[in-house]
Amino acid sequence: MAISSFAKRALAVAVMAAGLSACGSDDDTIVVLPPDTLDFEVTVYNDTAAQPLSPVVVGIHGATMSLWSVGLSASVPLETMAEGGNAADLAAMFTDTNVAVLGAGAIGPGNYEKLMISAEDRTEMKLSLASMMVNTNDAFTGLNAIDVSGLMVGDSMSYTLPAYDAGTEANSEAMGSIPGPADGGEGFNAARDDTMNKVSRHPGLVTQADDAMSVLLPDHRISGTVGRVVITRTN
Amino acid sequence: MDLKSSLLAMPLIAVSTLSQAAVVDVKITNLTQGIYYTPLLVTAHTSDAHLFEVGQTASSALQAMAEGGDISGLQTIADGISAVSSANPAGGLLAPTEYAMVSDLDTGSNTHLSIVAMLLPTNDGFVGKDSWEIPSEAGTYTFYMNGYDAGTEANDEIVNGGGMSGVPGIPANPGMNGGTGGSGVATASANTKIHIHPGNVGDQDAAGGMSDLDSRIHRWLNPVAKVVVTVK
Repeated sequence: MAISSFAKRALAVAVMAAGLSACGSDDDTIVVLPPDTLDFEVTVYNDTAAQPLSPVVVGIHGATMSLWSVGLSASVPLETMAEGGNAADLAAMFTDTNVAVLGAGAIGPGNYEKLMISAEDRTEMKLSLASMMVNTNDAFTGLNAIDVSGLMVGDSMSYTLPAYDAGTEANSEAMGSIPGPADGGEGFNAARDDTMNKVSRHPGLVTQADDAMSVLLPDHRISGTVGRVVITRTN
Repeated sequence: MDLKSSLLAMPLIAVSTLSQAAVVDVKITNLTQGIYYTPLLVTAHTSDAHLFEVGQTASSALQAMAEGGDISGLQTIADGISAVSSANPAGGLLAPTEYAMVSDLDTGSNTHLSIVAMLLPTNDGFVGKDSWEIPSEAGTYTFYMNGYDAGTEANDEIVNGGGMSGVPGIPANPGMNGGTGGSGVATASANTKIHIHPGNVGDQDAAGGMSDLDSRIHRWLNPVAKVVVTVK
């Protein structure tokens, strides 16, 4: 068993007991009313070699909303963003007390963007974000339903951004199939021809390093992490 | 300090801690796009035990798992050291993006958790976690697992049914989405100790080339698995 945890808890109980015997009451409770609106600053860093991130969507929502789930098929709004970089339909999914903001533009490799978002306080407050790696067929990154309800004013949380595959378009890397500057090809296409119509982690890019038919160059390759996000509650 | 309260409190805490930390649920999700897991072995053991250690030479039991998906040798070793195991919770292969659930594993006095399964199609690749300390506090904990290379077989990427230890080749490609007639990618394992798997190479040639695997389906980026442990 974990001795340290055991010792800490025993000590905490001992201190509590000592406190109770000294004061005899605990009726000096301070009631703090939460603010009506919470403000967050979300900084998204692109740490790739040569993959611009499409304009980011950042949203705050309740416990029941999920932008994607590994093993389930992508929604059409997610497919639209993952294949073409347009997150407007994803943003439109945030209604009523769920709110979303869109980034000002693409975030280039080595760059970052700070986004501000405010939302009404609620019991379970989740933050999600999504963006496409534009020199790919259907690769995207993001955070899904990060719990920010416990974040105090001035506190920050950091996350690394993984690489997902929307599972909606085969990773052909063929000329004309990739919307980013590496190709200038097609974005969204309603056809679903990936190996399986499910979201998974991305298998990585092949590029001309291993296949002459790929339109991508070795610098376009991605690793397990494509960037970072820092979430700070500012009010 | 009120010593009397402290002494009274301690036995109560000890009892509740013991009853909380012993039972766990383990959910293992295959995060990959095109890689299957052979039967998983999930084992709770003491802090000094390991199914594998990165940088060490693979045991013959680990080699049998990594080259052919056979977990019986590892399970026998685990049983011999009073570990508590769940063998094959997925009931066979665990397909890409699917998950396996181990429910109510009573770990007894064991404090650490290890997980292994072979990755298909690979020569001697496996997904694993070496000795994760089980938290004593009740709650839900998440960690991720990488793809490792046992270092016991050259990654030739030829699917020929070779699953016995020391036999070259990949035992199977469950997705049936590769090729045949590959000439072979590698002829030796440069690092003969357990290491991070360099990944499959593959090619686009279904009837030749150097690999029987598909470069756009059978590669992966770490991590390859997500594990959620619920300590009850």
